[in-house]
Formats: sequence, C-alpha cells, structure tokens
Amino acid sequence: MKRHVLKIAGILALAVHFAGCATEPWVKPYERELLADPIMSFSRDPLSDMYLQHVYDVREAARGAGIGQGGGCGCN
Amino acid sequence: MKRLVAPASAKAVDVGVIRWVVSRAYVTRRLSMRLGRDNVAACNTGVRHAWWTAPALLLVMSMVQGAVLPEDRADAMYHYYDGGGTKVDGPALLVRKGFADTASMYASYYADSISGASIDVMTTASPYKETRQERGVGVDYLRHNTTMNLSYTTSEERDYLASMLGVNVAHEMFEGLTTVTLGYTTGKDEVGKTDTDFKEDIDRYQYRLGLSQVFTRTFHMNFEYEGILESGYLNSPYRAARLQGLLVPERYPGTRDSYAFAMRAMKGLMTSDDRLGSSVQFGYRYFWDTWDIRASTIETGYQRYFSGHWLGEIHYRYYNQTAASFYSDNFLTQMNYMARDKELSTFKSHSVGGKLTYTFQNHPAFVNKSTLNVAYDHVRFEYDDFTDTRTQALYAFNANVVQLFLSVWF
Repeated sequence: MKRHVLKIAGILALAVHFAGCATEPWVKPYERELLADPIMSFSRDPLSDMYLQHVYDVREAARGAGIGQGGGCGCN
Repeated sequence: MKRLVAPASAKAVDVGVIRWVVSRAYVTRRLSMRLGRDNVAACNTGVRHAWWTAPALLLVMSMVQGAVLPEDRADAMYHYYDGGGTKVDGPALLVRKGFADTASMYASYYADSISGASIDVMTTASPYKETRQERGVGVDYLRHNTTMNLSYTTSEERDYLASMLGVNVAHEMFEGLTTVTLGYTTGKDEVGKTDTDFKEDIDRYQYRLGLSQVFTRTFHMNFEYEGILESGYLNSPYRAARLQGLLVPERYPGTRDSYAFAMRAMKGLMTSDDRLGSSVQFGYRYFWDTWDIRASTIETGYQRYFSGHWLGEIHYRYYNQTAASFYSDNFLTQMNYMARDKELSTFKSHSVGGKLTYTFQNHPAFVNKSTLNVAYDHVRFEYDDFTDTRTQALYAFNANVVQLFLSVWF
C-alpha cells in the first residue's frame, strides 16, 4: 500500500515538475511592462470602483464576484 | 439600513493581485531574466534525479520568484447619488502604506448621508434622513509569491450594525502568468428598527475562488466564483407587501444562498508608433440564488490616453434579473413568504458613464504621482412587475452618480 502511494506521489510530482519545465512563460517578464500600465488594470481606482459597485449592490439582488466592495443599504 | 457584504475581490485582490501581478514586471524584470536561466537549470537537474527532487525544486522555483505589494497610495473622494427620490452623498477615504517590502496596511472610511424618500418609502412610510459610516482596516503580507490578506470592516447606522472579517490568499504561479486566489469572509449583522426594541441577527459566510491569467503582453483575463450563505432576519422591518391592495408586513425565508460567476477580459490597443494608447474591457457575471433570482450583468469600457496629462474612459453596463419566487406586486392570497421589495422584482438597468483623469506634473518631493478624477454615470432602472401605486404605471427611474476624487502615490 505504502509503495503504491509513493508511486502515485512520484508520478504526480514528476507531472508537476515537467509541467513546470513546460511553462517557460510565453509572455516573458520583461514583456509585461504594458500590462502594468494603469489602463490595463481591471481596477485602477479601487476606491472609485468600490463606491460604484456599492451603488449597484444596494439596488440589485445580485451580489458577489464583483470588482469593488459590495453591500446593501436601505437608502429606500 | 446596511447589509454589509465583503468585497468579492477584496483589496488584496483588487490592487494586490491584478495590479500587483502585472506591476511586478517593472520591479522584477532583472530578477526574472535571471530566473529564466534558473528554470532551465532546475528542469535539467530534475531529469537526472528521481521524482523526489521534483517537489523540492518546485518549491525552490516558487520561492525565488518575486511578487510585489500594492503601491503606497491615498485617495480622497466626494460622492453624490441622486435618483428615485433619494439623494446620497458623503466622503470616502482610502490610504495604503507598505512596510519593509513584506507588508502593506490600509485603512478606509466611507460615509453616506441619505435624504429623501424612494418609491417604497413614499407609498408606505414617511421621508427620512439617515447616515451610515463604514470603516475598514486590512493588512497584506507578502511571502515569496504568495500574498495573504486579513481585513476587518464595520458599518454603523442608527438601526443597523454590520461587521465582517475576511481572509484572502493569492498565489502566483507559472512565472507570474497565473494567479489563483482563495477567500473566506464571515460577517454578522444586527438589524434594528428605529424607536423600537426590535433586534434580529444575520450570519453570513462568503467563499471566493479566483483565477487571473496573462495570455499575451496586451491581453489578460480574470475569472471569479463566489458563494454567499446567509441566515437570519433577511427582510426589512420597515417595508410592506401588498395583499389585495392592502399593506401587510413582508416575510422572507430565513436563509439565502447565492452564487455568482464572473469573467473579465482586458485588451490593450497599440498606437501606430507601438505605444499602448488605449484599452478595451469586457465583463460578464451570472448570478443565481435559492430565492430563484437569476441575474446577468454585462460591462464594457474603453480607456484612452490623450495628449499630455489626460486619460479618458467611457463605459456601459447592462443588468437584468428575474424576480424572487415569493415576490409579488400585489398578492391575491396569503402566502408563507411575501415580498414587495423592488430589488427582488423583475427589472433591468442600463448605465452609461465616463471618467476623466488629469495627472499633475508638479508634486511635493514625497509624492511620486497625483491625479484629479471626475466620474459621472447615468443609470436607468425599468421595472417589469413593480407598480407605482400613485399612478398605477410600471415604475422606472433615472439616477445620476458623480464622483470627484484626488489620488496621490507616495
């Protein structure tokens, strides 16, 4: 049993290891300068996005998986 | 009344993952070039040695990668909302400061001053004034390519208290091309009713799973899944349902489980001289819950640099949802659960907006960058099964949302 577990663990470790070898990044770190630009961010102004998300969250039933802070207020 | 729900992407994810994933290229360029050689060496070594070296090498590979914490930054905002008979305005602040390259702390303050009366209040109660204050603190701790975030937020109103404690972990993999995030938040609300002894509780648990992926040097995507489980007193002690035209207290189920899946994509567009001049983004979220509400949200936006110091953005958002199974505009018979909250009805909304950012050229010595921003959004809500009882017509309203804020990086 122990030998069986070790064998599986070894195969998994090798798979992960070679996956690591295969994942030479296709976008090199020095090519990611553009991704660091503010206009490439999903939330370049976190406070603003949190506020706007709050505006929607309090008036809609849907919540979660959003960018900003959620919440519901009884402003009605 | 406030129902505090943790950020789906807490600040650790907002700033600490997405921006931090992409901004690490600036900081770690030299290191990463060296890592490329280390990687090859690691792979070759792994071929010669047996499988037992793999976990160790993988660990080493992950340890030598470097990530960075979010930038030190402060934002001060004035926000204003006017729509459906309600005006809400107030200040908001967010300050973040890093320590020793391994930790970054932040604090936030947000205040609402609410006046007027929405359609629910106008037809069932009297206009009111209310204030709400929300305070939050958090810390991000960076270790190798993993960022751990702990946050605590409270919200206070005269008749509603809420608090929540959240933990988020973001782990960067595959040379920074992929980031996986996990989050858990627990919260407790205390629901009251003004000028009475009424007091009930809500318990809330939130689970989040996220994946950020870089595809090309100008294209990346983000996937999020979140479950929110609530139990307790989930309706409003003020709102009333209609039963054959008569007002009766609302009654909601004592539990609600909701789930949302979202995907977002961002594509940068190059100018003729190979500079990044603009970007387009697209997002979609699907939501469902145990109250039989289904909702879809579509978001799209375009951002563009103008000559000199200006950055402009336009965006559009569409939202629609189906009604809760126990919602009715006017019940014909008594039911176990009865709601007439327009937020649980069938409706859709369209939002069109823009943001203009001006980057200052002169700062004090301790400031790296500062911007002045103004944003405006116009939202149109249209309800399919919620009647304005004053006119007997289906209800609809417009809202105007304005933000004015100053951001300083230091």
